[in-house]
Amino acid sequence: MRSPAPDPVASLAAVEVDYPGRGRALGPFSFSLAAGEIVALVGPSGCGKSTALRLLAGLENPTRGTVGRAAVRGAIAVVFQAPTLAPWLSARANVALPLDLAGVARREGRARADVALARVGLGEAAGARPAQLSGGIAMRASLARALVTHPQVLLLDEPFAALDEITRRALADDVLAIWLEEKPAIVFVTHNVEEAVYMAGRVVVMTPGPGRVAGETRVAASWPRPAGFRTSARFREAVEEVSATLARSMAERA
Amino acid sequence: MSTLRAAAAPLALVAGLVGIWEAACRALHVPAFLLPPPSAVAVALVENAGPLAMSAWRTLAMALEALVAASLFASALALAVSMSRTLDRAVRPLAVALQVTPVVAIAPLFVIWAGVDHPGRAIVALAAIVAFFPIFSGATRGLAAADPDLERLFDLYGATRTQRLLRLRLPSAVPFLVEGHKVAAGLAIIGAVVAEFVAGSGGAQGLAWRILEAGNRLQTAKMFAAILALALMAAGLHFVFQSLERRALVWWRGR
Repeated sequence: MRSPAPDPVASLAAVEVDYPGRGRALGPFSFSLAAGEIVALVGPSGCGKSTALRLLAGLENPTRGTVGRAAVRGAIAVVFQAPTLAPWLSARANVALPLDLAGVARREGRARADVALARVGLGEAAGARPAQLSGGIAMRASLARALVTHPQVLLLDEPFAALDEITRRALADDVLAIWLEEKPAIVFVTHNVEEAVYMAGRVVVMTPGPGRVAGETRVAASWPRPAGFRTSARFREAVEEVSATLARSMAERA
Repeated sequence: MSTLRAAAAPLALVAGLVGIWEAACRALHVPAFLLPPPSAVAVALVENAGPLAMSAWRTLAMALEALVAASLFASALALAVSMSRTLDRAVRPLAVALQVTPVVAIAPLFVIWAGVDHPGRAIVALAAIVAFFPIFSGATRGLAAADPDLERLFDLYGATRTQRLLRLRLPSAVPFLVEGHKVAAGLAIIGAVVAEFVAGSGGAQGLAWRILEAGNRLQTAKMFAAILALALMAAGLHFVFQSLERRALVWWRGR
């Protein structure tokens, strides 16, 4: 029995999601997120990873099962696969958007947006429009927008999928640095096993859709990740365990 | 310099065609009521510059009036339709029916309704009907075109309906609205001219009326002059709206 967290900030209890006409997309799937932990959700395409994330965010409701959320609105932030910035707003105004919607005064919102932008290394780009930003920079702005409310829970839906290897590694390190500073609970969805092991303390592997829990791997290493972590035996072992769980669940399905 | 070079080719083509036209008219002794030489058209244009400019302004004013009316009505209706699916279902077939019915077919009806003394009203109404659809269709598409993930973000942060409309749906619709207005401006001119033709002689005295009048008197050079004025005016309007569209998009997307 893997130790359940003492007080989860978000949880899914035997949730199932059926889409009309497309059948079951997820579940039964159970998942619990403890305060301040960083968890990766790994699974093949179409296993319902993103659906699970949307359930945690409260953007969707399960057909069956229950969703628990201790965090209040604004305490949960999501970073989507694409930067999802409004083209008509500057980077600063985009980052300030969650505050604007919450009724924070414009000037204060912009000031806090500047702080969030500086934190992801984008102090200079505050006035630029999304169309003027490269993919990696736009993704950073998107991350800044998620951080601007200082969320308790940060949900990342394959945020690095569209980026090149160098950019995605740099961004992964940035996310880890921010996590170390503020310790939001992070769930991030990925289909990249190495990225999952590099970042997460716990990797939850999902079966092919409708996704269930196929297994879980704990990564026994501290943060910040030690130098040479990616080439260490510990890293390789964890990657192999996750890969084996994935392969087994895919084979069972076939 | 580059704009000069870009303009050189079409100008050369036009000059060549006009030259051939002039030479052919002279060499073949074409009767002037059938095909006047360009020189005669130029003379007619200069001689009638005043009345033609007046008429061009009348047609343009009616088209712009129609465009404003269509813009207000189409945008308001699109907004209403975007907020109610039932209304959308109810309105759409009617809007499409209105769009596919040729304006010439309904023009006589409007002329009767407006009364013989007010052909201008019928012309504006008809041009507005023609201009309505591109704006309505652009606005409805635009209001539904917001990035679904941005919609989710607004859900996540508990945006109100008003916030969603003002901060997401309306700004997302801007490029579609601008495009719709550009198309509508061109159509409004066409609508106004067609309506003027149907209204026939009378108080409107726009460019179409000048064409009809000159045609009835077999003043073909004057007809050509009026057509030329119409083409120049429509092209001018097109360029104005094209440059407005470009500026609007630069403003919208920041480059």
